[in-house]
Amino acid sequence: MKFARIIFANLKRKPIRLLLTLGSFAVALLLFSFLAVVRGAFILNDVASANRLIVINRTSIINLIPLSYRDKILRIPGVTYVTHYNWFGGIYQREENFFPQFVIDPENQRQVMPELVVSDDQWNAFLKDRQGAIAGAKTAERFGWKIGDRIPIKTTLYGGGAWEFNLVGIYHGKRPQDDDTQFWFRWDYFEERIPQEVKGQIGWYVLRVKDPDDAPRVAKAIDAEFLNSPNETKTETESTWIANWVKQWGNIQVLILTIGGVVFFTLLLVTGNTMAISVRERTSELAVFKAIGFSDRSVLFFVLAESITISLFGGLTGLLLAKLLMPVLAKGLSSILPILILSWGILGLGLLTALLVGLLSGLLPGLGAMRLRVVNALRRV
Amino acid sequence: MLPKLFFGLVITLAAIFVFLLGLTILVGLLAPFFNTVPVSYNFRSIRARWTSTIVAIVGIAGTVGVFVAMLSLARGFKATMVASGSPGNALVMRAGSSSEMMGGITLETIKHLGDKTGVARDATRGALLTQDVVGVVALPLVSTGTDANVQVRGVSPNVLQIRTFVRIAQGRMFQPGLTELVVGQNASKTYAGLQLGNTITFAGGRWKVVGVFDAGGSAFDSEVWCDSTILNQILQRPSNIFQSATIHLTSPGEFQSFKDAVISDPQMNVDVVREIDYYAKQSTTMTKLITVLGSIVAIIMAVGAVFGALNTMYSAVAERGREIATMRALGFSNLNVLLSFLFEALLISIVGGLIGCLAVLPLNGLTTSTMNFQTFSNLAFAFKITFDLLLMGIVFALVMGVLGGLLPAIRASIRPVAVALRDL
Repeated sequence: MKFARIIFANLKRKPIRLLLTLGSFAVALLLFSFLAVVRGAFILNDVASANRLIVINRTSIINLIPLSYRDKILRIPGVTYVTHYNWFGGIYQREENFFPQFVIDPENQRQVMPELVVSDDQWNAFLKDRQGAIAGAKTAERFGWKIGDRIPIKTTLYGGGAWEFNLVGIYHGKRPQDDDTQFWFRWDYFEERIPQEVKGQIGWYVLRVKDPDDAPRVAKAIDAEFLNSPNETKTETESTWIANWVKQWGNIQVLILTIGGVVFFTLLLVTGNTMAISVRERTSELAVFKAIGFSDRSVLFFVLAESITISLFGGLTGLLLAKLLMPVLAKGLSSILPILILSWGILGLGLLTALLVGLLSGLLPGLGAMRLRVVNALRRV
Repeated sequence: MLPKLFFGLVITLAAIFVFLLGLTILVGLLAPFFNTVPVSYNFRSIRARWTSTIVAIVGIAGTVGVFVAMLSLARGFKATMVASGSPGNALVMRAGSSSEMMGGITLETIKHLGDKTGVARDATRGALLTQDVVGVVALPLVSTGTDANVQVRGVSPNVLQIRTFVRIAQGRMFQPGLTELVVGQNASKTYAGLQLGNTITFAGGRWKVVGVFDAGGSAFDSEVWCDSTILNQILQRPSNIFQSATIHLTSPGEFQSFKDAVISDPQMNVDVVREIDYYAKQSTTMTKLITVLGSIVAIIMAVGAVFGALNTMYSAVAERGREIATMRALGFSNLNVLLSFLFEALLISIVGGLIGCLAVLPLNGLTTSTMNFQTFSNLAFAFKITFDLLLMGIVFALVMGVLGGLLPAIRASIRPVAVALRDL
């Protein structure tokens, strides 16, 4: 590190340029983190559990399935727990206040979804209160709900009207990627109020299998069981189901990646150019270095060390900014994209990319400086 | 009181800033007409520093391209949705429904609707209205082979008289009472099995594709239509319940009197909206998502591009220290130098803006698809690049040019002549 002083002296020679280059890196990394997070929100990374299967109506997710299928599914070997859901699709106060409302089966919910945690007290209160409801922590926070609040939700489905619920609990996801925005209420209360023709019909089943490796066989067995019945089923592992759901987003994801690509290309050019300019301006100095005996390699080292230092500090600033800004952004976008997480993986990848850009942009002018012939360079002075 | 004052102050400052920015752009662009430093000087200096100029141009072009592309995506989505509504049609749903999927009105109500004022009629079949049933069916995509949801809409057999912009492009219309389908042209291309003449099975019925319709680039192009009575039967839904009714009015101006007549009828518990407003509203979530994401990306990118432009202009100024000093010594004023540099920055940015716009222009009309939140089904739509979007892109480029060029230009103009010449 005996050259640290010389690198430092070179860095602060043009403070404005240094700040601007650091700034470009910071901005690029901020954008990188933002795009990575949004992409994550679209692909729903790592939400799925390997031992869960989802059973929907073959026709489509919005077609219902009889509740009577539950016992038949439970009889299939390898299935440990089955729970079921209905989509309620109601409106809380205004249409913009969207959050998913699920009618849940209190008996099996906790066994099938162990990662969504409710304290035992609250769960017991839920079991005691027919009109009880449990909200995800994010949704409760968004509307300032507290336990004991009465929450009216309007719907035009299921006979319509305003349904009132008592908030008895709040659940938290164990992992950051878990969805903390759902609103749950009880199947028995739901079934009591809905019109005769939709009673006994559920939206979809979620079940747990003993052994994740056995999941494909169980899925086939379930679909075979209901083949040629009025309501054929389609059973998929949770991860396949999510992957297919994501595919329906279509090209949005590709678009985001394309934009990311354009941005990085632009950034590489801008910073590479700055490095090139600063080396070009110093041609004669570098020649002096070589003339007084510094090796070609150490000249390359000076240039590279400078560009990597800039990329490191610029990159770190950008990631720090992203870390600070993301909670604000997540709050602002919470009604459209509920899960925005900036993981360490993204931060690490970002920093790595920054360093790579730094290395590449220093390499060209650095190699030029290395190959510089002292005589030619000094002649220009 | 204080926050209000603060807010007012911020607005005022922002307005002044925007005004000054606009003024600077204008003065900078007009500089060649009154400035004594010739324009050829700028062109030559750009040529002398072509690498860094190209980099600045690419930075600005990339930013403008992303900006225009994102906005055109949001525009295209909205245009597709809005095109689905006709101004002369009224959509009737159950009161309080936010979307057709949520509705449910009885056949009896629909019959009464046909008797209200303003409803267009046809001599043989009476009121021109279609009662729709909407469902979603999972079918494999041609592109990936995986299932995606397509919206199936049961309609009345005379639907083409109500949605007048829809026409059968190939084959024929379905026959009432048969399990026959007519498919939108995008759906026909997107899903395996929806081509003319095919027979497919879904929802427990066997359906024959007898026609392909062209709905003029609207959301209906992504749908599959059949007889609503048949769809109710096959989906095992009650035969007398429909999700919405679309009523063709004698003229768009009749909407208010029709609406008043329906609302004042105590027997009816329905909402009446203009079809065009309904579809515009359906597009808001997606349009908002794309616009918000696009703006954030474009703004962050713009900051990066301004940094790039600043760097380029600062180094141009630094490298040209002697030239500037010589010009000053020859008698050009501070202002002349400043304007010359400002013009150069704007020139670079306008070229960048134009390239950015040209680069995304081929996207115009390109079809892409995504999931429509309101229907959980796949919707095809096209990028829509309009003249005003391109203009916005150029203005955006100019703003970046001023922000990146003004400070370096000022620095160039205020450098003392003697000091700069001493550097020789």
